[in-house]
Amino acid sequence: MAKRSFLIPGVDKRLLIKDSIKAMPDLTRRRFISGGASLGALTLLAGCDVIDSDSAEGLLKKVSKFNDAVQSWMFNPDALAPTFPDSAITKPFPFNAYYTLDEAPEIDAADWKLEVRGLVDNKKSWTLDELHALPQVTQVTRHICVEGWSAIGSWTGTPLRDFLKLIGADTRAKYVWFNCADKDGYNSPLDMRTALHPQTQMTFKFADQILPRAYGYPMKIRVPTKLGFKNPKYVVAMEVTNDYKGGYWEDQGYNSFSGS
Amino acid sequence: MSSLAATESQISVPTRATVIQPAWVRVMHWINAAAMILMIMSGWQIYNASPLFDFRFDHSITLGGWLGGALLWHFAAMWLLMLNGLAYLVTGLVTGRFRRKLLPISPASVVADIRAALTFKLSHGDLTVYNAVQKLLYLGIIAVGIVIVLTGLSMWKPVQLHWLVSLFGDYPAARYVHFVCMALICAFLVIHVALALLVPKSLRAMVIGR
Repeated sequence: MAKRSFLIPGVDKRLLIKDSIKAMPDLTRRRFISGGASLGALTLLAGCDVIDSDSAEGLLKKVSKFNDAVQSWMFNPDALAPTFPDSAITKPFPFNAYYTLDEAPEIDAADWKLEVRGLVDNKKSWTLDELHALPQVTQVTRHICVEGWSAIGSWTGTPLRDFLKLIGADTRAKYVWFNCADKDGYNSPLDMRTALHPQTQMTFKFADQILPRAYGYPMKIRVPTKLGFKNPKYVVAMEVTNDYKGGYWEDQGYNSFSGS
Repeated sequence: MSSLAATESQISVPTRATVIQPAWVRVMHWINAAAMILMIMSGWQIYNASPLFDFRFDHSITLGGWLGGALLWHFAAMWLLMLNGLAYLVTGLVTGRFRRKLLPISPASVVADIRAALTFKLSHGDLTVYNAVQKLLYLGIIAVGIVIVLTGLSMWKPVQLHWLVSLFGDYPAARYVHFVCMALICAFLVIHVALALLVPKSLRAMVIGR
């Protein structure tokens, strides 16, 4: 190791190490290169800065944007996610979140209202009773997690496209953006074509029972054509918008389209 | 001058004849090697998020740092693997190289060559000809490569490519097949690299062609 000091003539080794430390990725940020710090230091010592974690991260994000476009192109609004018989339902259906069940929001239906914002004709807020009065359908579909596991559940509620029509949403807009009551304020954008997909549902019941707290009481958006992390729970507001506003997981690097 | 030119052409004739690995094979081989390693290491990190079996891959041999980073690597390198693999298959079929190098292959020849290998009598002297064991391994790894890409596409787009998922049973089944293919590729890699190191001239041929 000591031999390295004269490998690059005229370069102060101590300054080089100092610079290498500065080049280390911010630990508060997720790291996209395993051991990115040591790789960065290595390339600095080698005197060439061909690859560092920032440029690799930038390139990966560009490819991810490209993958968004490819998935949007592949998305067929008429293709239905497979449905299953009741016997295929996963029991118990897993609770999954970036927090424990104890930390899941406890929502009092009397206080709760669904706020409607953005490019819609009727911006009135909706109480749970008003929403429950809308026509509902049941579908048994597979929830596929970004982690790779999957589970089959039975979901009952109102097709989102019917609700969007009811409130006079501009369905030429790019996104329906959801805000939730989770800690850290989970939010996520849904592209309009997916929002209008016949199986995308405002869900009020799981397995014919009022949606339990674990699965997003009082309302979850069930999207069988998206990965699980794009299925918002504990929804408090929806906004029809042309702006890409990011999302809780999307901002941390998960692919935004994440279609299945 | 003319005598020098004549000497050069005399040298160039046998040189051209001894090209074992044409340029396209070498380029695609090394692109494939890089893509495979990126896919395997990021794939191990993705596996760790929800393991299928009672073990996890050590963080030091994974790529991506966390699930989100690993997915970005995996879905970037997949283009490299898929496009390069497709180009390799098309070129191999069109040029007739697959037919020339990998066929014919018979069970009897495979058994005979495995026996020869186990008794250390299998020669690797002529790099231009593959023995039956090599033919079987190379044909097998091409098949595994095709299956791992198809299962990967099934898991990536299980709704849009539902017909593909049903080929493997269902979504969880495609995940297991994907994992088994990865394990087979890793096993192949170990044997392949070990043999290349034992026969350095084969490695030389894969770098400079001769």
